[in-house]
Amino acid sequence: MKIALGPLLHYWPREAVYAFYDEIANSAADVVYLGEIVCSRRRELRLDDWLEIGQRLERAGKEVVLSTLALIESEADLRGLRKVVSNARFPVEANEWGAVRLLQGRTPFIAGPHLNIYNPATLSLLAKLGACRWVAPVEITREALGGLQEAQPQAAETEIFAYGPVPLAFSARCFTARHYNVPKDTCGFPCLDHPGGLALATREDQPLLILNGTQTLSAATYNLLGEAAELRAMRVNVLRVSPQPQGTAAVLSAFRRWADGELSSAQAADGAAAQAGACCNGFWHGRPGMELVSIAH
Amino acid sequence: MQLVCPAGALPALRAAVDNGADCVYIGFRDDTNARNFTGLNFDEAAAREGLRYAHDRGAQVLLAINTYPQAGNWKRWTRAVDKAAEMRFDAIIIADAGLMEYAARVHPGLALHLSVQGSATNYEAINFYHEHFKVRRAVLPRVLALAQVEQVVRNTPVEIEVFGFGGLCIMVEGRCALSGYVTGCSPNMAGACSPAAAVRWLQTPQGMESRLNGLLVDRFADGERAGYPTLCKGRYTVRGETYYAIEEPASLNALELLPQLMAMGVRAVKIEGRQRSPRVRGAGDARLAQRNRCLRAPSARIRAAARVDASARPRLGRPEPHARRLPPRLEVK
Repeated sequence: MKIALGPLLHYWPREAVYAFYDEIANSAADVVYLGEIVCSRRRELRLDDWLEIGQRLERAGKEVVLSTLALIESEADLRGLRKVVSNARFPVEANEWGAVRLLQGRTPFIAGPHLNIYNPATLSLLAKLGACRWVAPVEITREALGGLQEAQPQAAETEIFAYGPVPLAFSARCFTARHYNVPKDTCGFPCLDHPGGLALATREDQPLLILNGTQTLSAATYNLLGEAAELRAMRVNVLRVSPQPQGTAAVLSAFRRWADGELSSAQAADGAAAQAGACCNGFWHGRPGMELVSIAH
Repeated sequence: MQLVCPAGALPALRAAVDNGADCVYIGFRDDTNARNFTGLNFDEAAAREGLRYAHDRGAQVLLAINTYPQAGNWKRWTRAVDKAAEMRFDAIIIADAGLMEYAARVHPGLALHLSVQGSATNYEAINFYHEHFKVRRAVLPRVLALAQVEQVVRNTPVEIEVFGFGGLCIMVEGRCALSGYVTGCSPNMAGACSPAAAVRWLQTPQGMESRLNGLLVDRFADGERAGYPTLCKGRYTVRGETYYAIEEPASLNALELLPQLMAMGVRAVKIEGRQRSPRVRGAGDARLAQRNRCLRAPSARIRAAARVDASARPRLGRPEPHARRLPPRLEVK
């Protein structure tokens, strides 16, 4: 089982990003996804910077993948997408179908979690077009993934989002700009001041969501490490951890120690949970995503 | 420009056709469509009657099969596609790429419209579906700005349809699991957002509370009109401020944009709301159709300030084009 670090979803100052990936170079991750997937206005790092970080990580033995923007609206977004796709250095994760069109038949690519792959027919279509790995939608249930794995005729690897606040939605509107009451196009980047996003709670102070610019995440941290043995039995090949401002290397290490047989999945899940507030795993069990279903070990 | 109107049942379909809709879109009575609500939608007999009624009067009927099937229930979706071809729907509105592949292969004569739930926001994505499945029309997500719509129209052979009126999804359709996170029912997998079965209303000393699966979405003062607790339209607290943190409970009204949409070559304008009542729908459809007819007549004077008032939502009006919000007006105890 491979452990992957998903793309950085938050907006951090340039130095913080470099420092973070220096730490990741020495971490337990096998695969590292790089690039901006949330907001096309975020420019602390350009493509060349991501390529440079990618080369460092590659020298440290990591498999590097460049992820594309999840919401492509303008011609400028498309120009950025074409640049990422035509980089000759690293494979690309497609996060919407425009990227699939640019990648198909050219080079093996990764079909990202935002393509809505819910059934074998869609998966088989993507495999035919050149997907060498696919990432399940975040709301995938055990039952739906089982159906996909059983029917999976081709050699594409399966990856699942296994740890972190769940990316629940994308919008063209920016909810961080909305909070600060500034227009999106001249926002002044208030998200730089919130490395883990803005916490949103109900009027009864129940944590609900995290506002991350145009993206909305769950307040609870998805933690599927407790189900890792089951995922392995289902022939899931890669477990994805989502970058956090703190504790990411420790979480990766918990995943690694489980994969190497040093920890049981329950022990590893507890270790990873120690880096988070509340955890959840409802989606996997076909329940409301925010629920934490306890697992018998 | 075509006017595409929703119908949740036969009376709404008849009202839409009678009031000048060029196309009516409907769904079967199950989770193959994204408005899978109790008591709504068409069984086979009603669908046949609707097709007959519309076709006799020169209107088209489209079938929405716009949710995402899984391995275990795949056949329910392919059966819906087969039925659509057999019953001679004028097109199906479809989101899942795998199901599109099935429809294009098994029923090459069946016209395909890419659903808004397919979340294609740019011409590269739309052209992908055109090249692979000969998709004839694409419905754009409601998130695009006018200039971006124009950019899409210029760069694709696919007809473009946009939403002109109705409940506004602030998130990209087909990319939102908020409802699934709180209720276990998502638009993609269950065809429902913030489903009625999960809603509770409760009068409390603090006011009327609306809850979704127990979670407090909003609380209304006496005299304040209580809206439906769609998850993204609640009042929440962020850094000590309580306000509509994601979206005001407003409806989209792009009527004043119709002339521009028409000039840039948008082929059809669509009204949201198969769940709304035929009375509400009929009135809205009639005014939209009238406006559409005005636009078609070359001498018609276009009134840029036209508005209709057919929404069931408490407050109406087009949301501002940028991210500003009203200052919080709530007193938090």
